[in-house]
Amino acid sequence: MSEVRYTDQHEWIRLDGDEATIGITKHAAEALGDVVFVELPAGGKTVSAGGEAAVVESVKAASDVYAPASGTVTAANSALEKEPSKVNEDPEGAGWFFKMKLSDKSEFAKLMDAAAYAKYLETL
Amino acid sequence: MTIASDILRQTPLHALHLELGGKMVPFAGYEMPVQYPAGILKEHLHTRDSCGLFDVSHMGQAFLAGDTSALERITPADVAGLKEGMQRYGLLLTQAGTIKDDFMFSRLAGEADLYLVVNAGTKEGDFAYIAEKLADVAALTQRPDRALLALQGPLAEEVLERHSPGISELTFMKVTRARVAGAPAIISRTGYTGEDGFEISLEGGDAERVARLLLNESEVLPIGLGARDSLRLEAGLCLYGHDIDESRDPAQANLMWSIGKRRREAGDFPGAATVLGAPAILRVGIRPEGRAPAREGTEITDKAGRVIGKITSGGFGPSLNAPVAMGYVESGFAADGMAVDLLVRGKAMPAVIAPMPFVPHHYRRPAKTNPK
Repeated sequence: MSEVRYTDQHEWIRLDGDEATIGITKHAAEALGDVVFVELPAGGKTVSAGGEAAVVESVKAASDVYAPASGTVTAANSALEKEPSKVNEDPEGAGWFFKMKLSDKSEFAKLMDAAAYAKYLETL
Repeated sequence: MTIASDILRQTPLHALHLELGGKMVPFAGYEMPVQYPAGILKEHLHTRDSCGLFDVSHMGQAFLAGDTSALERITPADVAGLKEGMQRYGLLLTQAGTIKDDFMFSRLAGEADLYLVVNAGTKEGDFAYIAEKLADVAALTQRPDRALLALQGPLAEEVLERHSPGISELTFMKVTRARVAGAPAIISRTGYTGEDGFEISLEGGDAERVARLLLNESEVLPIGLGARDSLRLEAGLCLYGHDIDESRDPAQANLMWSIGKRRREAGDFPGAATVLGAPAILRVGIRPEGRAPAREGTEITDKAGRVIGKITSGGFGPSLNAPVAMGYVESGFAADGMAVDLLVRGKAMPAVIAPMPFVPHHYRRPAKTNPK
């Protein structure tokens, strides 16, 4: 059974066993507007919580995507390189950015759950 | 820093922007729509395929009365030679000959005054400068009460003709007084998208009614500042404060075409000696080879890694479905086809110097007539 958590930088992270999938939230995709380019991390790259892991660019601007937790990248969604619009169409599904193996699951537990993230969005 | 919204100015179409779902942002002291619900990509492509309506009421409109040719003291454009019913693009120069702004000026048929349109972000400074430099011979009257709409795209003519019968006879760079749905207007066949289209100056009180009428036409979508920027970039047109500013002169900016022949020969404008020489740097078009856009400020290097310039406007061109940019490079690297690198996030990304416009202009020029 998978569990989804959210960061205050508008990434989502879904944990399935040892592997986590990361993307940007619907709120972030809407705020960015039409996504035209993504730069994804290479497999094997180590990332730390809060560190830059990917780049997403809309017509307007470039934004960094931060790793919600520390670990090692295991896969990237290369489909986004050809079809970056998937990020707008299905940000929390087919528009995922990369998968990683977490080095410390307690970092995941500290992130916001869906209810807390919804509440956080109301404060913005 | 965030500018408090209560000090941002609003155009006469503000309520309409909100009603249309415009995403409002601060721009040049105004609260303006960066996009509507359709989004920048769709708005951009719709303008190229059909017709888009832009609110550009934040731009500075004014009339110059008196010896209007004296404007040549501060612009290298040919003002004296501008015929009635014509509009022209000009550069406003500092005393050192660098670019203070770019602007449009028009001579309406049967009218002594010159009608000016300058950029929103520079209008206060421009108008003070013009008034001061021409104080002895001419008087400037600002018209912040007027609105300005741009109707752009291949179907703009068909749409405007319905509300302003006869307007389709106006060709590129011509200007006239006409009525749009009964409202008195100054209409020019110009724009900032590279497409055919019109710019329509109206009394502020008529703007919303006219905008609603145009938006009711099935061909027309409202277009925000985001698509305005990507459209003008693909068309190779400069954005003041980015591609041109007071650190650049007309030669560096590759805008020598805006200097009248008579003016070039006379060399009677600020900085003429410098401008008429060979510039050390030049504004060029740049096509990155990959998919990653290279944004303003990106360094340009030669293939050996030496920095040779900088990008001044860069983004994604929806009509090209590829990144596009413009910037300044050392003149030796300005030839079309020259291979360069762009330093994006610390990595060298291959790119080539490319001719502009990136997307061909589709202006409605008058049919060529046999001279004899």
